[in-house]
Amino acid sequence: MEAGATRIEVRIDEDLGADRLTIEVADNGRGMNEETVRRVLDPFFTTRKTRHVGLGLPLFAAAARQCDGDLAIESAPGKGTRVRATFRHSHIDRAPLGDMPSALMAILLSGRPVDVAYTHRVGEAEFALDSADVRRELGEVPLTHPAVRQWLWQTLREGEESLRAKR
Amino acid sequence: MPKIKSLEELKKIREEAQRDLRIRTETGTRIIIGMGTCGIAAGARDVMHAILKELERRDIEAHVETVGCIGMCAKEPLVDIEQAGKPRVTYANVTPDMVPRLIEEHLVKGRVVQEWALGRLESTGIQ
Repeated sequence: MEAGATRIEVRIDEDLGADRLTIEVADNGRGMNEETVRRVLDPFFTTRKTRHVGLGLPLFAAAARQCDGDLAIESAPGKGTRVRATFRHSHIDRAPLGDMPSALMAILLSGRPVDVAYTHRVGEAEFALDSADVRRELGEVPLTHPAVRQWLWQTLREGEESLRAKR
Repeated sequence: MPKIKSLEELKKIREEAQRDLRIRTETGTRIIIGMGTCGIAAGARDVMHAILKELERRDIEAHVETVGCIGMCAKEPLVDIEQAGKPRVTYANVTPDMVPRLIEEHLVKGRVVQEWALGRLESTGIQ
């Protein structure tokens, strides 16, 4: 978020026919130049000042590669960054997806106005929620309003639940 | 997709929310959860889950907000409870099973759970 992003796209595609899981995260932050993109998978490269390691992307890449997948980064200064990781869906070392509703709620309830466009596809079935649409409907009512929060949480849980049966 | 139908629901929420918006932001309760990497590693996501569930179960209206790291990573998960007109109280090393008592005692009965509190923040500063 220090990259100044106001919008994050998260796309999870579980293509069971091709036995492929694709996780894509894109932001509209400040982006990176070519040199930085080259170095960003090095665990001892980071732009932060608190400590000299940055493990997020190196670990994500390692997770993808140990599951017969790969990780690709596209970025341009001023435009944003897109990270795409692929996994063999049935690979024994592939970690399960985890609690997506809670992970998304943690972002949506943040005091910073970041929008999340979330798409999760399992085969032909799809669940999508874009918090920008929600904000547009709500006007000045914030996402943290108890009634809105309840709606978000329930919508996310029901959406993920509807995909579970498709797996 | 039920998406359109559920977006319709938001219109109703908006209308209802607008009426009490000012009252709520001036007199309401805020629960603030540290959700930096350190917080998440210490279990803050489960704590948030427990808080949302407990508020839903007891039908309590409180604002829940996630924030980043404040530099006390060893005390994560950190949860602050702020009620209008009262000091903001920080609870440390919060686990999901502590959540029902925190909500019962602090939010409902208005009593700070002393043994779990790390400190409080008055308008004049930290004590």
